[in-house]
Amino acid sequence: MSDSTTAATTEADLIIEVDHVTLRFGGVTSLLDISLVQHRHEILSVIGPNGAGKTSLFNCVTGVYVPQVGSITFRPESAHPVTVVGRKPHRVNRLGIARTFQSSRLFNALTAFENVKIGVESRFHTGPVGAMLHLPRTRREEHRGDNRTKELLEFVGLRDRADEVASGLPYGDRRRLEIARALGTSPELLLLDEPAAGANPAEKADLSSLIERVRSEIGISVLLIEHDMGVVMSLADRIVVLNFGEVIAEGTPSQVQRDPAVIEAYLGTVNENGHEPPAAEGAPPAVAQTRQNPSAHSGGNSPSSEER
Amino acid sequence: MSAGLQPRTGSAARFWRSTDARRLFGCVVGALVVAVMTGPSGSASAPTSGFTGSLFRPRAFVFVALGLALWAVMTFRSRFGDVVRRANDRIIATPRQLLVNRWYRYIFYLAVFAFAIWYPTILSGYWQEVLVDQIGVFVLLALGLNVVVGYAGLLDLGYIAFYAIGAYSAAYWTGALPIHPPMHLNPFWAIPLAVLAAMLAGVVLGSPTLRLRGDYLAIVTLGFGEIIQIVATNLTGVTGGSQGVIGIPHFSLHVDSLKYVWHVKALPYYYLLLVFVVIALAAFRSLERSRVGRCWAAIREDEVAAEASGINVLKYKVMAFSIGASTSGFAGILTASKIGFIEPGDFTVQLSILILVLVVFGGMGSLIGAAMGAAVLQWLPQFLRVHPLFGFQPQDLFIYLGALLVVMMIFRPAGIVPSRRRRSEIGLAEHGVGTADAMSAAGGPVA
Ligand SMILES: Nc1ncnc2c1ncn2[C@@H]1O[C@H](COP(=O)(O)OP(=O)(O)OP(=O)(O)O)[C@@H](O)[C@H]1O
Ligand SMILES: [Mg+2]
Repeated sequence: MSDSTTAATTEADLIIEVDHVTLRFGGVTSLLDISLVQHRHEILSVIGPNGAGKTSLFNCVTGVYVPQVGSITFRPESAHPVTVVGRKPHRVNRLGIARTFQSSRLFNALTAFENVKIGVESRFHTGPVGAMLHLPRTRREEHRGDNRTKELLEFVGLRDRADEVASGLPYGDRRRLEIARALGTSPELLLLDEPAAGANPAEKADLSSLIERVRSEIGISVLLIEHDMGVVMSLADRIVVLNFGEVIAEGTPSQVQRDPAVIEAYLGTVNENGHEPPAAEGAPPAVAQTRQNPSAHSGGNSPSSEER
Repeated sequence: MSAGLQPRTGSAARFWRSTDARRLFGCVVGALVVAVMTGPSGSASAPTSGFTGSLFRPRAFVFVALGLALWAVMTFRSRFGDVVRRANDRIIATPRQLLVNRWYRYIFYLAVFAFAIWYPTILSGYWQEVLVDQIGVFVLLALGLNVVVGYAGLLDLGYIAFYAIGAYSAAYWTGALPIHPPMHLNPFWAIPLAVLAAMLAGVVLGSPTLRLRGDYLAIVTLGFGEIIQIVATNLTGVTGGSQGVIGIPHFSLHVDSLKYVWHVKALPYYYLLLVFVVIALAAFRSLERSRVGRCWAAIREDEVAAEASGINVLKYKVMAFSIGASTSGFAGILTASKIGFIEPGDFTVQLSILILVLVVFGGMGSLIGAAMGAAVLQWLPQFLRVHPLFGFQPQDLFIYLGALLVVMMIFRPAGIVPSRRRRSEIGLAEHGVGTADAMSAAGGPVA
């Protein structure tokens, strides 16, 4: 994105504020004193080498993990700021924070339609009694749920695959279905964990334009973890770079690209562990020169980013 | 090699080295072993009578015949599996397609219902009893457990505890227990109270334990089932102890001039059961296809994703658990009132397992499957018992059930009438995606 958009979004209020968060698992420190803010309607990208703590950050923001130190505040500048830490994941989702998973966790035996409808219905109130007796409200909600589900499937371009079982969908469709399910819960903030990992170039382009439309047409802020620098550079208003659980750089794509600490982190990983950098295309010029193969990361020795 | 040198005997020699032959051998020997195991036992005076009494009797032939049948099925399946499957699909598909039309469907239901009303009237008294005590009650129990195991994917091994709670509540409210209720009720009016008691027990047990992962839940429920039985045995002052409780009155209905009493006859109970089974079928079908049912399916599929999609996992688990518990409790009242007598020995863990087997056999998550599974598996032993050729001994039941489950898991893991969702889950699990069993996946990093 261009710098003018960034300037415009910095004026808007904040959607989420992560304040000095530290997360440990026994001796492993996944996140160390992380602070970041995201503005409303912003696409903020979190990048970093494998194991940098990106997914851990998502898990803290969505209530899956509880950080030992620090606070996370949703809509910090609104009339009713809410703290996320200590809330159960489904409560966090109710607040308006939805997510997808790095390893694409769909309800595999259910149809695409059912997957999305489950997300949509999480905001409804039909209980067992209403369901057993087919009360009017239940029927109204069923109807509304069906319509909304169709809209969302249309939005992500899966309308004609609605009745297919999720496990049978091709990879790009699975990713989009997961996004549709997350959108079904009517979030204000959408967290996407490597949506383009393992996708082919055409699927990546589709996903990029879908993410852009999520922001521009629905007006949702997007927090995006992505290894593919092409996707990140084209979408992100701002980028936060993590390495070993710490924020090492932050700024617009062009600022980050020039940041010596970032170049160091990516080159450093290559030198020390033989890790490939996330992708050389959009990475800092120095990195790009060192690494010629843009899709190199998919052959890297990180099983997690390849996991489906 | 040798087959090549001797072309005449070649095919026979090849046969005896083949998988078919090994299977045949296994099946026959297995059948004989089972025949001996289930036959009479020897004694000091006639040490070999265990063998002679079981091998040189017509029943040995029955077992061998069953073994051969199993072999034939296995062989046939491995040879002509695809052909059969296609034919099977076509045979099943045709009535299914007919039933898509809602009028045909209603006519079909009506016909089944009419049959269910008419048929028992021509049965003998013995089979009417079987129809209520062995089949009807267990169909209801299976339908309830199907909600817990099939819909929500929770492995409940203490399901019968709620049956006991229902039965003892009925005994309490009708004044049959040593401790007396504030007022004596007819069991018919005790139904809501006893169902409520079973449901509350479900919530109380479920709320803390359903936070646990699948395998722990199985252990806790198993323990709970034992506790209830032991309490019923030892709390003599309250429950009547191991002697049991006698004198639980039959259902009766007095509304103004309308007066009806369910006496010892089985048939009136059958119709009462039929009404409740139909209600349960309709209610659970609606549940399955509603938001609640989809939430259960989501939880069963992927708890982490379900939570991330805004589903209160614990709430829906407790809900499924207590719906199952109340169904079980209801079956308990019905039995207590029909038989008029309950004792702790009626509520063994084995019974919980039996109901689980009924559900698994019929098809987890499939209403028709659970009902049919229960009906068939409860009817069959009775049939074999009274049939002179088989001379089935009821105490052997679990041997056969175990064997049946093994065979089922090989040939039809989703049950005799599989649910669509379950079938695709099991298909996926075979390809290494997901778990498909009631014991949900382990923890670990969330990615
Ligand atoms: N549940 C857990 N238990 C123990 N350690 C964990 C857990 N979750 C994450 N970690 C550790 O935290 C560190 C950061 O992991 P995380 O998954 O957040 O990395 P990431 O940046 O998402 O990497 P990738 O690009 O490979 O997805 C790793 O060292 C990982 O082993
Ligand atoms: Mg990750």
